[in-house]
Amino acid sequence: MTIYNLYIFDRNGVCLYYQEWMREKQPGMSQDEEFKLMYGMIFSIKSFVSRMAPVDFKDGFSSFCTSSYKLHFHETASGLKFVMNTSLNVSSIRDELQHIYSALFVEYVVRNPLCKLSQPINSQLFKTKLDSYIRGLPFFSAKVN
Amino acid sequence: MSRQGGRSTDPRKVSQELFTLTYGSLVSQLVKDYESDEEVNKQLDKMGYNIGIRLVEDFLARSGERRCNDFRETADIIAKSGFKMFLGITPTVTNWSAAGDEFSLVFDNNPLTDFVELPEEHSQLNYSNILCGVIRGALETVQMDVNVRFVQDVLKGDNQTEVKVKFIKRLEDAVPAGEE
Repeated sequence: MTIYNLYIFDRNGVCLYYQEWMREKQPGMSQDEEFKLMYGMIFSIKSFVSRMAPVDFKDGFSSFCTSSYKLHFHETASGLKFVMNTSLNVSSIRDELQHIYSALFVEYVVRNPLCKLSQPINSQLFKTKLDSYIRGLPFFSAKVN
Repeated sequence: MSRQGGRSTDPRKVSQELFTLTYGSLVSQLVKDYESDEEVNKQLDKMGYNIGIRLVEDFLARSGERRCNDFRETADIIAKSGFKMFLGITPTVTNWSAAGDEFSLVFDNNPLTDFVELPEEHSQLNYSNILCGVIRGALETVQMDVNVRFVQDVLKGDNQTEVKVKFIKRLEDAVPAGEE
């Protein structure tokens, strides 16, 4: 089991934070372009999923899988979007993404008045805390499957 | 009071008096810095807004609330959950407009004004105007554009303190560049 990378977007589509732990294949475009592409896809999937759903549901879009990786998505009521790519054998990580929001993002970004809310996060403290949380997760493994 | 009991269990709670007095010195400094009460009201609202947009994240993270389906639910959560969590009070939700787009929050005690007497020359000052900004900022972050204002204030000799919240419109998610 492996965690590849994490994106955090604000409700205006700005990528507040990106980190990768294990990414073998680089996208071959600028990071800025990649963020826009990722946000655009998430945005489209959200509207696609809510329109195509044959029944009422609360949670909305939460993940998709390809043959080689799984993308997990979590959105807060305030429109923050957490996107994490993992290997296929990781089951739902809703609680972990919620933890990143409530115990790390709120604690070290929102409560830090020097962190501007609509700009990429520069706080070293947040980076360190997030990195050690991710590395401590049971499904974090630096080995490639 | 219930908030007395809560204080010992939640280490994040601070003394109510410290909070009230700090807010009081903020307001009195603003009154010195600005010439008109109107301007002080405006500054308090602006500060409240800046607090609100951050406070709402803290609120969502701690309460686990999800998006509201309608404005009545919003009113309920503000009064019973939001005010409870941060000020230890539960204002009454009342005076719904026929269209359901406007309600009032009525406070029977307002912790911001515990030791306050308003001098006569400041009859235009909405002492607790920061609350309006906080509500507006918090709701804007969850995509609701609202108008919040004081309509009655015990400090001004009214029978009760009443804040009106009016729903203006729903703010939409930002569309990525190049999509419609």
